Amino acid sequence: MRIDSLQSLAELRESAQQYVHLRRDDVKEHPADAKIKHQLMVCGGTGCVASRSDEIIEAIHKALEEHQVDDVEVIKTGCFGFCGQGPIIKVQPDDLFYVRVQPEDVSELIESHVKRGEALERLLYVDPRNQKVVHNHHEMDFYEKQERAALRKCGLIDPMNIKESIAFDGFHALGKVLTDMTPQDVIDIIKTSGLRGRGGGGFPTGLKWEFTRKSVGDKKYVICNADEGDPGAFMDRSILEGDSFSVVEAMAICGYAVGSDHGIVYIRAEYPPAIQRLTAAMDQAREYGFLGENIFNSGFNFDIEIRLGAGAFVCGEETALISSVEGGRGEPTRKPPFPAESGYNGKPTVVNNVETLANIPDIILNGGEWFASMGTEKSKGTKVFALAGKVNNIGLVEVPMGTTLREIIFDIGGGIPGGKKFKAVQTGGPSGGVITDRDLDTPIDYESLKSIGSMMGSGGMIVMDEDNDMVEIAKFYLEFTTDESCGKCTPCRIGTKRVKELLEQLINLEGDEETLEKLDTLCNNIRSTALCALGQTAPNPVLSTMKYFPEEYMRYARREVKKTYSIDPEKCIGCTRCARVCPVSCIAGEVKKPHVIDEELCISCGACFDACKFDAVLRP
Amino acid sequence: MSNSVLSTEHLDKTKLAELDKYIAGLENKQEAIIHILHRGQEIFGYLPKELQLYIARKADLPAAKVNGIVSFYSFFSQEPSGQYQISICLGTACFVKGADAIIKEFRSQLDMADKRVSDDGRFSIRDVRCVGACGLAPVVVINEKIYGHVGTDDVAGIIEQYRGAEG
Ligand SMILES: Cc1cc2nc3c(=O)[nH]c(=O)nc-3n(C[C@H](O)[C@H](O)[C@H](O)COP(=O)(O)O)c2cc1C
Ligand code: FES
Repeated sequence: MRIDSLQSLAELRESAQQYVHLRRDDVKEHPADAKIKHQLMVCGGTGCVASRSDEIIEAIHKALEEHQVDDVEVIKTGCFGFCGQGPIIKVQPDDLFYVRVQPEDVSELIESHVKRGEALERLLYVDPRNQKVVHNHHEMDFYEKQERAALRKCGLIDPMNIKESIAFDGFHALGKVLTDMTPQDVIDIIKTSGLRGRGGGGFPTGLKWEFTRKSVGDKKYVICNADEGDPGAFMDRSILEGDSFSVVEAMAICGYAVGSDHGIVYIRAEYPPAIQRLTAAMDQAREYGFLGENIFNSGFNFDIEIRLGAGAFVCGEETALISSVEGGRGEPTRKPPFPAESGYNGKPTVVNNVETLANIPDIILNGGEWFASMGTEKSKGTKVFALAGKVNNIGLVEVPMGTTLREIIFDIGGGIPGGKKFKAVQTGGPSGGVITDRDLDTPIDYESLKSIGSMMGSGGMIVMDEDNDMVEIAKFYLEFTTDESCGKCTPCRIGTKRVKELLEQLINLEGDEETLEKLDTLCNNIRSTALCALGQTAPNPVLSTMKYFPEEYMRYARREVKKTYSIDPEKCIGCTRCARVCPVSCIAGEVKKPHVIDEELCISCGACFDACKFDAVLRP
Repeated sequence: MSNSVLSTEHLDKTKLAELDKYIAGLENKQEAIIHILHRGQEIFGYLPKELQLYIARKADLPAAKVNGIVSFYSFFSQEPSGQYQISICLGTACFVKGADAIIKEFRSQLDMADKRVSDDGRFSIRDVRCVGACGLAPVVVINEKIYGHVGTDDVAGIIEQYRGAEG
């Protein structure tokens, strides 16, 4: 079915809305004679599938049959964001959220909620702050302060069904652009919106498009960067899993604006479900005429192909990405020239991040001013963060720029588990730095995060508590960058290795205060001499932990750190709990007598520390 | 890599035929080299040097260039893995939740201190960077199955499921 005018698109939207009316916020009354009374939205994101959401869907179908229910539909959606509580089922139109559902719960859920019309209390979310059961999803602390723009359709639609996207205005922006806007109009709206690159660099998107439009070339390219290399970040994956349609639509809009007919999505091979949904979105878009030739009868042609990455962090950097797309090792090149002048095959190329693109269609539909009304003076709109680590509510969070880290970690994230103390949060992944308690009230934007020694990055946000050793964290990141250095320039290839060795010396208690000085000098040298941003930013985790936690480095340098756990004989009552949980059986002692840890065998796992009820186990 | 001692003779013929079919359908073989290697690894399970040479010839690329690509990208493996591939996530979210203790635990339980593949070929251990299930950290993947919230004391039980299993 080919859509070739705004008129036929509007008709299709109207008919498609019948399938989704139970999910629409703006529809309050549902026809009494409707055939479908409930839609069960089951999260099909990677996290929830890992915790058996596919089995849940199967179980629902079985239960519906068993209970002879025929007015309920099951829809597998993308990520709802609340990953730590998965698997999640959202029941519409009741706007009710069931969390941590197991396949075994499903029959009871159908029986209670669908047949008797009573919410199944035991599977509802309990607010950890006041122990109250939350019925309405909008009342959950996790969602209260969020503002969904890039993620608007994630969790709302079936990502394998283009009609559901169209029902929520999908491809309307493309239709509008192609039927009554000039390429310059499009660029102007994006410029007005103030949208900046969400891949980390923060470059103004409108300007990038304008440069590419003005660059001379017989062929131009639009590349979507879906390499998402920051380990522990999952924004782009979730967008592609939940709503690839918006990204496909945005790439076509970008193609029209810059004068390109050829799009490429460079995506990690480690993301099979995202690849599958993106492929389906592209196929369906072709079928409806949103990709291909003469789109909306405007004479504009555009199509997209997928290129797979193969596990190299540096390939997220745009020039390295282009080398990889051209079929080589993903090694970066010096800029300028920027891809906008000379990119893929030497032609002008726009490289944009997934989340940047996902914002485009709504900006076109709602206007640049709408987007610019959210955020701070220099950073407009919203940003998606992948909140993970030592925080209660792990998941995908989208907030207006200018929200503070404290709001994200404590209000949305629900604070630190187990009554532990917050220590630091890392933003910007291996290129960023740690932010401590004293800066938690900084309103987030590109500039403010830089000024406190970190960076926005692509949106990874890892929370650490008092148990995390900052020198170990720095070493962890350096191990990552040494592994991922492409080897082209010496400061990065050799320099990061030396930094890692110095950190290892400290941790093995073989360093001294001179080691700290060497670390500092070396880090600053790498920063100023490496070829690409990977190398230039690699020392950041070390420099920022040194800055904020100098005493931890000093303790290693003075060799005051104990490497293993130990037991305080005064406090130990000999309950044997620690000895029983120790995975390497390195704790000995008789019942009711103080126990001892064999330091040679201890692997510092902390199991004894957590098990002890008498505070008798001492941390290293 | 030196071609003189390598021979593509011993590569499985039916598998090669499948790969040939894929390569024949490609327009620009040189640019698609990463895709060809992905397909090769899917079919053969890993990319032995002989196969790299074979692919290089097919794509009309120097073998050294193909080997350079294979060694550059961590997704490609030049050695076979065990029957059960244990991938322990060392992404940041998993690391801050103690993934390093989990990997130590697997190594000590399987007696594979510095081995990649166990002597009987049943298990291999590797670390990976973020499998995308950070909400379940720490995460361990065995072949296709994902285990979430793994603690050191769960390790023995997980291994047991595979030790007993046949085939
Ligand atoms: C080491 C390194 C890794 C990067 N990784 C990514 C990535 O995973 N995803 C991404 O979109 N951009 C990444 N970037 C930024 C890209 O180079 C580029 O700026 C971005 O894709 C442009 O799109 P945007 O303007 O929409 O952000 C990385 C940059 C560097 C230096
Ligand atoms: S960091 Fe382990 S799954 Fe993401």
